[in-house]
Amino acid sequence: MFELLGISPYGLFGQLLIGLINGSFYALLSLGLAVIFGLLNIINFTHGAQYMMGAFAAWMLLNYLGIGYWWALLIAPLVVAVIGVIIERLLLARLYHLDHLYGLLLTFGVGLVITGLFRNYYGSAGLPYPTPGGLTGGSDLGFMFVPTYRVWVIGLSLVVCFGTWALVEKTKLGAYLRATTENPVLVGAFGINVPRLITLTYGFGVWLAALAGVLAAPMYSINPNMGIDLMIVVFAVVVIGGMGSILGSIVTGFGLGLIEGLTKVFYPEASSTVIFVVMAIVLLVRPAGLFGRSG
Amino acid sequence: MRKSGIAALAIVAIAFAGSAEAGDGKVKIGILHDASGPYSQNQGPGDVVSVKLALEDFGKQVLGKDIEVVFADHQNKTDVGTLVARKWYDVENVDAIIGLGNSAVALAVQQLTKEKNKIDIPVAASASSLTGKQCSTNGFHWVHDTYNVAASTARALTKSGNDTWFFVTVDYAFGHALEADAKKVVEQSGGKVVGRVQHPIFTPDLSSFLLQAKSSGAKVIGLANAGIDTVNSLKQAREFGIGRDGKQRLASLLFLITDVHGAGLEVAQGLTVTLPFYWDQNDETRAFAKRWSAEMKRQPTMYHAGTYSAVTHYLKAVKAANTDDTDAVIKKMRELPINDFMTKNGRIREDGHVMRDMYVFEVKKPSESKGEWDLLKQVAVISAQDAAVPVAESECPLLKK
Repeated sequence: MFELLGISPYGLFGQLLIGLINGSFYALLSLGLAVIFGLLNIINFTHGAQYMMGAFAAWMLLNYLGIGYWWALLIAPLVVAVIGVIIERLLLARLYHLDHLYGLLLTFGVGLVITGLFRNYYGSAGLPYPTPGGLTGGSDLGFMFVPTYRVWVIGLSLVVCFGTWALVEKTKLGAYLRATTENPVLVGAFGINVPRLITLTYGFGVWLAALAGVLAAPMYSINPNMGIDLMIVVFAVVVIGGMGSILGSIVTGFGLGLIEGLTKVFYPEASSTVIFVVMAIVLLVRPAGLFGRSG
Repeated sequence: MRKSGIAALAIVAIAFAGSAEAGDGKVKIGILHDASGPYSQNQGPGDVVSVKLALEDFGKQVLGKDIEVVFADHQNKTDVGTLVARKWYDVENVDAIIGLGNSAVALAVQQLTKEKNKIDIPVAASASSLTGKQCSTNGFHWVHDTYNVAASTARALTKSGNDTWFFVTVDYAFGHALEADAKKVVEQSGGKVVGRVQHPIFTPDLSSFLLQAKSSGAKVIGLANAGIDTVNSLKQAREFGIGRDGKQRLASLLFLITDVHGAGLEVAQGLTVTLPFYWDQNDETRAFAKRWSAEMKRQPTMYHAGTYSAVTHYLKAVKAANTDDTDAVIKKMRELPINDFMTKNGRIREDGHVMRDMYVFEVKKPSESKGEWDLLKQVAVISAQDAAVPVAESECPLLKK
């Protein structure tokens, strides 16, 4: 059967595995978007820039302060999250009473400004970042060579994804968050500080984006445009999964990674469009997305 | 009344057109480049410094008047680029446009320049069609084209026994041109192309394409892409252990030193690249680089060197012609040999292609590098004759006369 398709089974398994690895990355990135949209009703167009800032923060920690990957994994996302919180407090918070469109325009603009600033100071050719010691090399599985670093990425991404899902769906804090989405006034009446809850949620979404950025640093070129290139795909993932659905983002992220991986083997030219074809079909059949609630 | 008004306007217009045609005696150069976008690191502010140095060396005056230089950002948009060029030619009496770092913009402006009978010198564009199918009597392609770099790398590698190739090609006109140019030379040199895969531009993860290249068993994986795509290809090839087993190697068909710097030596080491200029080649290039980096705090790329070279040669031709009249200047530009720190006895061929030597480099190992920008070592020189598209294969009608 494999011979009919013109590819060896080993080649196919290899590509499927790469699809899963990329899928875990999509899942991680779309998760942040889903969390922010689900609870704030804001489409965070700054997400790509915040992902990029995560990668740059890791680079800066290494090159200016000599702080390596493992500490960067802790520090960089926190720093970027704090910047996110400042943006939310200073700018976004003033727009909550307006139409969603204003939030979208603001985050889009802020994203452009941040990208422009980084391009101005660091150019666009990219910066190098070494693979952390201990995660270099890889193992030969027979059908393909799997880099250790990618295994780490897939593992951490799974942990963070399901951790987030459990946090929002299974804990008391998560219950507050979900209640806030339904009726912020009532939740406030119960003595819960709603604005602070919203700020922290935005900060958490940004933290996820920056975490993905740090994870990306050893794999992808660190450059100001890195977020823009990836973010278009991630937005499609969120839309297919159902805006704001956390489980939807995770499942769709992995699923689309696989579909994209297969397309890269059988018809590489379409690999950047296949996700949008899937998006169009899903929207035709289920306008609210695979896991979204309509209305 | 109204009719006569229009007639008067027409006369004024003709008078202006006439004066521009014959040269107004004041030299004005327009630098049209990517000042803020994705290619600005290889053009942009660095070009401004290159022009400044060129004027310092040439003198600030020619034909008894101050030389004026204007800069504009084409934003990598053909319409923006053409609009600026049209305004420069029609209203601001610009004599020559230099830079044009984007092949689509360069091709559009080259056509407009021919219509207006002015001069265009693409420096940072690489489409070989600028001096091929769409060549112009008024356009001079200064630094390199896709054929120069792709064919030189392909020839150097194929002749040294790396004779089976697989191409990983970015899926748009530029990538197709790089691949086609390299493929031709691989086959002419006795090699064989065993396969290819095309990827969309700006794909962050290229590992599945690289694995397909690996399983082809080809001795060389030719990367027919550029910039960030190439950096990502190299990073991921290293991750997946591709091109390091002694059986396969990677070759980049167009790679700038800013890309080598961006990828890091750890990732890029051993890569073969072809360039017309590297800052650390000899005393003259180092002298230019020293002055340039005093302002920019990094090292110049071939495009920054090319901007200096193009501005200088244009001014030399104006001086020799003793007028800024387009036809007279073009005649001198073609007559005079091009000599500067990056060009040794270069000349302009009938199709507008600047015949210059190309240099094949290998990216150093981290242990061989003595500094942040100590990146390449020269391994071969390709003569201008061998580096350029052969006359017989050119699609430029100007060569057929």
